[in-house]
Amino acid sequence: MASMRDIRRRIKSVVSTAKITKAMQMVAAAKMRRSQQAALNGRPYAITLHNMLVSIQSHLAPDEDASPLTLKRPVKREAVILVTTDKGLCGGLNTNLIREACKFDPANTLFVTAGRKGSQFVHRTRRKLVGEFSFQDTPQYSEARAIVKMAVSLFLNGEADKISVIFPTFKNTMTQVPSCIPLLPITELKPIGGEKTESQVDESLSSSQHSDMIFEPSAKALYDSLLPHYMNTRIYHVLLEMRACEFSARMVSMKNATDNANSLIKELTIHYNKLRQTGITNQLLEIASATSSLS
Amino acid sequence: MASLLNLKIVTPKGVIWSGEVNSVTLPGIEGELGILPGHIPLATRISAGELSVQQGTKNFFLAVGDGFVEIFENNVSVLTDMAVQADGIDEAQAILAQQQAEARLKQQLSDEEVAAAQAALAQSAALLRVKKTRVK
Repeated sequence: MASMRDIRRRIKSVVSTAKITKAMQMVAAAKMRRSQQAALNGRPYAITLHNMLVSIQSHLAPDEDASPLTLKRPVKREAVILVTTDKGLCGGLNTNLIREACKFDPANTLFVTAGRKGSQFVHRTRRKLVGEFSFQDTPQYSEARAIVKMAVSLFLNGEADKISVIFPTFKNTMTQVPSCIPLLPITELKPIGGEKTESQVDESLSSSQHSDMIFEPSAKALYDSLLPHYMNTRIYHVLLEMRACEFSARMVSMKNATDNANSLIKELTIHYNKLRQTGITNQLLEIASATSSLS
Repeated sequence: MASLLNLKIVTPKGVIWSGEVNSVTLPGIEGELGILPGHIPLATRISAGELSVQQGTKNFFLAVGDGFVEIFENNVSVLTDMAVQADGIDEAQAILAQQQAEARLKQQLSDEEVAAAQAALAQSAALLRVKKTRVK
């Protein structure tokens, strides 16, 4: 049975925890709004670029499609770009991503990580880590470019025959789905589209079927200049989504923590008051019995 | 019925401008490119420069960076690093960006950084050019 002083102490500590989690929730909420906006604003660009690439690819003559980045090789060794957060306290976000990463065979998979949690995981499980990147709260384009450069050199050196990216896709504030997309080699791309951009998808679907499109200077030259740009944008967008997910997940988990702390405070206060009441009743009884024995 | 072009200008920051226009003039890499309704399907690159739009009787101008453009059945999608409307250009900032890019070019840099600095330089030059010629 906890004494009254113990309970008082506990209430105090829970109150201060609630204050901290509340503050973290506010910070995450403010950052979340900004990063969600950035991620959502970036989507039309990424999608239009993707679809443009698809339509150009469909116009390449078979022998023209010789960019080394598109060559499919038998997969002996794979590489995974694992995008995670730097800090914890964001619910199951990192755990889900790491579970996705565990599906790859540790013996022949190289890891490139962006975000500290991912590299900690790779170190701890003694997998092969070949590159470690960090990115800011508002991801910079140059950070994405560095990651792509590394991935391309891994692929061209033959150290990896297939490169995938693991990152969370942002659905809404409550749900983030870990997903794994192939980055290299760039093979048959399919037009993609978010829910809001169906018209765009239709557009590019029909344009990719169109046979007499003109390309200036040529489909091949256009394709080659579009490819690196495409990959940079892709990774940049992944980083943006990562941040949006991180802050949403953190806000939600901090809100849960605050709620839990508040309900714990309520319970403890009731318990404390009951104990206090019992104490007073006992004291009154003692006084009453003392006076009755005296008279 | 006079048909219109459906123009959409997209940058990584979002859709900057979209709407129906009469004609567009783009800074293509092989020279200026005027697009009217009924243009044949075309995909090409654009370089940093001035993009002018004719909408009804009005003309307006944007400064754009490097990018790509796709024209298909009166849909014009412009994909670029930067797009600023002429009256939204901050001259002081553009001059500053130009100076910074020039300074960076003088240092010892890797090829990639040189390319980035040159792109920034071209962008700020485009901004200034549009600002000078189009805003009174």
